[in-house]
Amino acid sequence: MRLYPTIGLEIHAELLTKSKVFCTCSAEFGGEPNSRCCPVCSGLPGTLPVLNRKAVEYIVKAGYTMNCDISRFTKWDRKNYFYPDLPKAYQISQMPRPVCLNGHVDIRVNGEDKVIRINRIHLEEDAGKLVHDEAAHVSLADYNRCGIPLIEIVTEPDFHSAEDVTAFVEKIRQLLQYAGVCDGKMEQGSLRCDVNISLAEPGAPLGTRAEIKNLNSVKAIGRAIDYEIYRQTEILEAGGKVHQETRRFSDSTGETTAMRSKEDAHDYRYFPDPDIPPIIFTEQELEEIRASLPEMPEQRLARYLAWGIAKNEAETLLSDKRISDFFDAAAASYPNPKAIASFILVELMRRINLGEADMGTLPFDGAALARLVELGETDKINKSNMKDILRSMLETGKTADQIAEEENLWIREDLGLAESVIDKLLADNPGPVAQYRSGEQKVFGFLMGQANKALKGAATPKAIKELLEKKLKG
Amino acid sequence: MDLQNTSLTGLRQLLDSRSISAPELADAYLDRIRTVDDTLLSYITVTPEEARAQAQKAQARIDAGNAAPLTGIPLAIKDNLCTDGVRTTCSSRMLEDFVPPYDATVVEKLKAQDFVMLGKASMDEFAMGGSNQTSAFAKTRNPYDTSCVPGGSSGGSAAAVSAGLCAAALGSDTGGSIRQPAAFCGVTGLKPTYGRVSRYGLVAFASSLDQIGPIAHSARDCGILLSAIAGQDPRDATSAAQPVPDFNEKVGKSLKGMKIALPKEFYGEAVDDEVKEAVLAAAKTYASMGAELVDCSISTLKYAVAAYYLIASAEAASNLSRFDGIKYGLRGEGKTFDQMIRDSRSRGFGDEVKRRILLGNYALSSGYYDAYYRKALALKQEFIQEYDRIFQTADIILTPTAPTVAYPIGQQDQDPVKMYTADICTVTVNIASLPAISTPCGYNKAGMPIGMSLIGRRFDEATLIQAADAFEQGFTVIPAKPEGGAAK
Repeated sequence: MRLYPTIGLEIHAELLTKSKVFCTCSAEFGGEPNSRCCPVCSGLPGTLPVLNRKAVEYIVKAGYTMNCDISRFTKWDRKNYFYPDLPKAYQISQMPRPVCLNGHVDIRVNGEDKVIRINRIHLEEDAGKLVHDEAAHVSLADYNRCGIPLIEIVTEPDFHSAEDVTAFVEKIRQLLQYAGVCDGKMEQGSLRCDVNISLAEPGAPLGTRAEIKNLNSVKAIGRAIDYEIYRQTEILEAGGKVHQETRRFSDSTGETTAMRSKEDAHDYRYFPDPDIPPIIFTEQELEEIRASLPEMPEQRLARYLAWGIAKNEAETLLSDKRISDFFDAAAASYPNPKAIASFILVELMRRINLGEADMGTLPFDGAALARLVELGETDKINKSNMKDILRSMLETGKTADQIAEEENLWIREDLGLAESVIDKLLADNPGPVAQYRSGEQKVFGFLMGQANKALKGAATPKAIKELLEKKLKG
Repeated sequence: MDLQNTSLTGLRQLLDSRSISAPELADAYLDRIRTVDDTLLSYITVTPEEARAQAQKAQARIDAGNAAPLTGIPLAIKDNLCTDGVRTTCSSRMLEDFVPPYDATVVEKLKAQDFVMLGKASMDEFAMGGSNQTSAFAKTRNPYDTSCVPGGSSGGSAAAVSAGLCAAALGSDTGGSIRQPAAFCGVTGLKPTYGRVSRYGLVAFASSLDQIGPIAHSARDCGILLSAIAGQDPRDATSAAQPVPDFNEKVGKSLKGMKIALPKEFYGEAVDDEVKEAVLAAAKTYASMGAELVDCSISTLKYAVAAYYLIASAEAASNLSRFDGIKYGLRGEGKTFDQMIRDSRSRGFGDEVKRRILLGNYALSSGYYDAYYRKALALKQEFIQEYDRIFQTADIILTPTAPTVAYPIGQQDQDPVKMYTADICTVTVNIASLPAISTPCGYNKAGMPIGMSLIGRRFDEATLIQAADAFEQGFTVIPAKPEGGAAK
């Protein structure tokens, strides 16, 4: 018996609107408990939700990035259930008329292109957070997150491995980031994922599925799926039955455990929310939203390739919108994208990977980095000094020009001095000179290094090289 | 001063001419409340200190010569309208100690005119009921006969106006809760078009049906009050982007040629003969003014009560879910969330509220939704179309407000279905989002008031006020005598 996994996803993404979806409270992450809520989002009697049109614009944008149809008529429903983190005891969500339907997203997994179908995307509100104080035996509710706009992206069951899923989640994160509608910070919960997974023999009807809730890192998603495939395989191969249930994944054990079974499932008693009038989009409104979409990764990729950047380098730049934005700003300031790309990918990324810097909190902008690259490319400074200057920029926030000045790194192109220094170098090193002249070309590197060291900015490496060659041959 | 025989324009003149000061006027009402309301129980909370402070402020404005129509006018506010710093109970144990940190939009608007709030008027618990007897705190009595109900759910507001315990009042109407108590207490009540008045700060019963409106001594007074509270509100997405006219702009104009429809289903067997006779006599009065009476039919009326109770209860079940004892209100006990929420709600809600929550949740449950809730929504469309059809040929519709006059307290307690059926004359107006006004048109042999209702086109309250006023000008009100107990 060979079992084949089938997986579908529900991804929740918090939208980057300034205010919440049904009131004017700040939608920022964090804050002192209950400092970002008002009578509306904390569900006081008599208050009414008013839909934030920016959130609607953002979900439409998200829909367009995933090739969805946008419903011309869309409305909101109430999902009723009691829980202390849900102050109204119903969540405003969308049931029969979501904003987005029938989309698809292309992914590439192990060199193979796959199409993942999107069933729907709807706009709803987030709930609050409970803090359990075990010592004091109390549970406290923090409503700051109540009413943060969330979109729920529901896929068709088009995945068959953890790799499929993680590639898709990365892609979704990238699309939402580029569209400017979600920051994609999984560690802050602004993107989280529920996974539905079942196993069956190829060709057989789908098996009974289990749902793993609230996975909040790409790594956890991959591990949870692999564990769940293993767990269900064990059960089925032993002749057992998988129960339809909701499970949670533990990062520490790497295992999933049962939360509640199908029998305990709520009857949410959905019905149209009478407080929120439906939205009817005009073609013009939708066209304006579509036109306001920023450049998406595929368009940027085409631009980078046209600039002569290698595909793998371009993809790395695009993998994080902040890097790509930074690169674009740098390239706009000094139009040598290849040199800038290579410097970012090698030198800047090294600093970031070593933990010496963070893309979100760089002390300088793209133009400042471009200036450093420009100084190196135009022989104003020695290229070998660039990485030290970068470190210094990261540490001090000073400009490349300031650092070059302070450290006396400017190339002066003093050929007279260069000639006398080289003459002395050759006189001091008769051995290597003789070796070179007898055909051992590789000692040239040694001599060049010595010359660079001795000259330290007196001339460009190119001039030094030419001069050295001339002297050795002459 | 005869507080039962006042008008808002009359009080305005007295205040503006300095014949009486705003604090004196407030005290006059507060004195009468002290004398009469121990029997009548129309208020849950009387707010003398706030009233006197507001009256002082109002007087300063009057003295400065820039009084608004309601500056210094003492009003009662139904206790489901949130009032900043003044407890708002909805007549429920659940909210016994709930003090909102905000004003309802309508209260905010009245405060902008420097009105005087005398207190919070009693009501049926969470506005569910037609008798005020489901109130957990003040089971209001009818000023015409204190052994009878005042109607409901705005029974406190209507009784207070009728007995001269306020100049006018705000109520709310989900299925007749302004009009029916106005009829039972012999005063005028206006349920505006859905969307005319912001619902922000009105503790929701059924959000698609609820509407705040005035109860007063006359249609004109209702018009003045409606002008003060109407208008689109950014905090209520269902409030309508409609201009707010002077609702009394048509008052005094001739009714000649006005077409008044009498749908035959509203004059059937369920309606008491004395009520029917009084309303038909009013129709004749209209005919004598030059109006044209038109026969018509609403064949779906027999489904109205069922459709109403499904829609209203479904929305109510959801709206009342927030009362779980976690954030505010009555906090029950229990070892788990579930136990605590269950105990809070078991103790906080009365029987009628629980009945409707059960009914509503049943109607929305999976497997029953199509059979009940969806059908009720389909009927809503039917009613809208039926009324649209009638308004193609008629300007207004005349019906009884209730099948009977006020009945003795306790009479209908044991039979909720019979009580629900009594809403037949009022509920379709809410379902179809229309405006309607109830005004007294007679008294039965026992001296109990009879009300008639005029129903209008959406956002055409002005015509209703015009027509109700035209009748009121020739009608002699027999004031209630709440001091004397049962009327003879």
